[in-house]
Amino acid sequence: MSKINFLKPDKTNLYTFLYLGSFLFFISVLDVLLNSFFSLNITGFLPGFLSFLLPLILGFIGLYFIRIELSGIKQLDLLNKHINTNNFNAILSLLIIFIILKSIPPILSWFFIDASFAGDSKDVCTGTGACWTYIKVWMRRFMYGMYPNGEQWRINLSFIALALLGSVGFFATDKFKKYLTLYYVVIYPFIAFLFIFFFISGGPVFFDFSYGIIAAILSIIIGFFIPNKFKFYYFLIVPFALYILLKYFIFFEEYIELGKLDGLNWVETGAWGGLSLTFIISFFCLIFCFPIGMAFALGRRSGFPLIRYISIGFIEFWRGVPLITVLFMSAVMFPMFLPADFFIDKLVRCIIAISLFEAAYVAEVIRGGLQALPRGQYEAAKSLGMGYWRMHIFVILPQALKLVIPGIANTFLALVKDTPLIFVVGLLEIVGMLNLAKTNPEWLGFAMEGYVFAAIIFWIICYAMSKYSYNLEQKYKTDR
Amino acid sequence: MNFKLKDIGPQLMTVIAVVLVFGFFTYNAQVNMESRGIDFGYGFLSQESSFDVQFSLIEYDGSHSYFRAYLVGLLNTILVSVIGIFFATILGVIVGIARLSPNYLINKFAAFYVEFFRNIPLLLQIFFWYFAALRALPLPQDAEAMFGIAFLTIKGLYVPAFIWQNFNIFFYSIVAAIIAIIIIRIQAKKLQETQGKQTPVLLISIGLILILPLLSFLIGGVRLSFEVPVLKQLATTSFIYEGGVSLPPELIALALSLSLYTATFIAECVRAGIQGVGKGQKEAAASIGLTPNQVLKLVVMPQALRIIIPPTTNQYLNLTKNSSLAAAIAYPDLVLVFAGTALMQTGKAIEIVSITMFTYLTLSISISILMNWYNKKIAITEK
Repeated sequence: MSKINFLKPDKTNLYTFLYLGSFLFFISVLDVLLNSFFSLNITGFLPGFLSFLLPLILGFIGLYFIRIELSGIKQLDLLNKHINTNNFNAILSLLIIFIILKSIPPILSWFFIDASFAGDSKDVCTGTGACWTYIKVWMRRFMYGMYPNGEQWRINLSFIALALLGSVGFFATDKFKKYLTLYYVVIYPFIAFLFIFFFISGGPVFFDFSYGIIAAILSIIIGFFIPNKFKFYYFLIVPFALYILLKYFIFFEEYIELGKLDGLNWVETGAWGGLSLTFIISFFCLIFCFPIGMAFALGRRSGFPLIRYISIGFIEFWRGVPLITVLFMSAVMFPMFLPADFFIDKLVRCIIAISLFEAAYVAEVIRGGLQALPRGQYEAAKSLGMGYWRMHIFVILPQALKLVIPGIANTFLALVKDTPLIFVVGLLEIVGMLNLAKTNPEWLGFAMEGYVFAAIIFWIICYAMSKYSYNLEQKYKTDR
Repeated sequence: MNFKLKDIGPQLMTVIAVVLVFGFFTYNAQVNMESRGIDFGYGFLSQESSFDVQFSLIEYDGSHSYFRAYLVGLLNTILVSVIGIFFATILGVIVGIARLSPNYLINKFAAFYVEFFRNIPLLLQIFFWYFAALRALPLPQDAEAMFGIAFLTIKGLYVPAFIWQNFNIFFYSIVAAIIAIIIIRIQAKKLQETQGKQTPVLLISIGLILILPLLSFLIGGVRLSFEVPVLKQLATTSFIYEGGVSLPPELIALALSLSLYTATFIAECVRAGIQGVGKGQKEAAASIGLTPNQVLKLVVMPQALRIIIPPTTNQYLNLTKNSSLAAAIAYPDLVLVFAGTALMQTGKAIEIVSITMFTYLTLSISISILMNWYNKKIAITEK
């Protein structure tokens, strides 16, 4: 056996160093592990601070010993390359391993082991862990706000229907693919609007909505038997004719008044809330802010100075103020700007305010995409004899939008994360409901559980959105 | 003919539409205000405000004017923004660099931090810190001292106050040190450009900034003493700390969540900036014989900063605007004091909301003008 210099690990004594280093490293991890999981202190005989620092020192020496370049052992080389490149990195790696080991037991015990899940009153929550019973009891409120319990199927049904209608794009055959843009930009938002404002809101208007649905379903079923040649005209005329027929000739108003048909109860928007309201607001703002933002992005790049200045003014104004003041404005200032007998619902005002606000950000993002396109694209389109609109719709915007997918996704994420701010106008989505529930005298002291619950929900939504945008970006990436 | 109808038409239509909308709004506002008996004007700013603010940087009570209340709110907004920006920058730069670390664990840890805090709404984070985390702090009488001088309690953070004597001399000494450093830097650069001599600028700078203030203590007659907060009993169960500086829990929660949230975005900016510097640049710099430190200082950082600074400023601006969420936890910032309490008292909705918006707008636009100027200055001029 050759001479060993312990200050200089080398390849000749590889196995000595490897066994010694791994042993020391293993001991240090074991010490922390026992300490955190079983609250055993195997180094308790040492003075306080030494016992505290011992794992770090041992682990550091261990990692120092096994830091042998080109050892020929694959795993060791990988380890050295990734967490053990030099002394500084070794200490940081050790610290992170120890922090993770130390934080797992308290987190686990708070979330699961000591937490209470059963029961439906506060009495079961006596442990030191989380009280998930609280979430369980308040679940309906967190999801639906003050929406009456008996009517909540309406929200569920509309969301399921909208999700199904929204997934049409995945199942569309090539034949229908070219209509998808039209469908998503015009028809789908319109159906969503009908669903939410007539079905979730309810009231007598619901009948109009149900006639519309019946007419649409009937006409689609009959539509299968119509020859292709006439299909376009058929869908242009028949659904509307059916609707009018249903409304004025078959189920006319007397039936409703006679009580033969019982409509849906009207639920005012003040009672909407919880996560469903978050979805509703995000959904509509998302739909509205995109075209507005696109218009202002084009306006800002327009050749007409007046239109350009108006667009710049609009964009910079909304980008310069915080959303909370915009919502304040929509709540206290906006009613002053409308005729006295003219009333706009609180929720609608909110949606308008958030849409305009986010539209300014979308406009800036899209402008970035427009600027990134080479001039050649504009010139080529013009040389083909395209006008302004034709050029933008068929050549410029498809390319520009493809470029700014990440930016738009970020704006939409910001929009979803901004929805809790509607507490300013008194609408309570999930965070607002949490704050309400936490002040309930029967359930005091469970703020932590509520916020963790909401944080998990929002995190899942936002993370999924960002991953989806990443996929979309990869899908539409083209080499230029 | 110089103008064409084709060019004028769309512009005219847009302008008419805008004018009509604004005219409609103004007309309605006039009618509404007349019918409700409200008069328009900013005269109320000099009236007595008669409400109290629990935390203010300048002297203020109910007998001061509404304008003074506005200033209190504005200063509080600026205070929380500055604290937030300071910590967000430090944290953001550390996390951003950690994201690029070859160390797998550090890299993933930083990535986890960014993904975690970025995807949770800021308001939720503020509520979490204020209503859940900070409520778990001890009562004043049970609090343990941090380093024997500061106390973190449920009622806020109490830190010792600095009591200066001859503060102005100390201040001048620091200013003198900074000026001297700037002069030395310029001289060193000149020396390097003309004669190729290297001067240890960093060492000299550190020395100057330490020695000059120290001298002001030794000969300038500057004295510094601390006023440590002391526990005082108000009633049998009610305790409070007296003396020192007290930071309310609202401020702590707000600054904490703002910096944790914004740091994720700054980290991404820093990462993008450093990654944006081409590998070839570093290799070229190394091949002409620069040391790794010089590569970082002279080649990588100037180019990375060019990419990092504009989006980071944007994040600073966002942080300032997000500080208006203070209204949700009753930290007396501009929105809460002015657009909340003052609006409720005076009922001057249009005036107050417009002043508040205008303040934020001025802040944003002045920073973006500064940014544009900076961008133009540092832009690479291509031939």
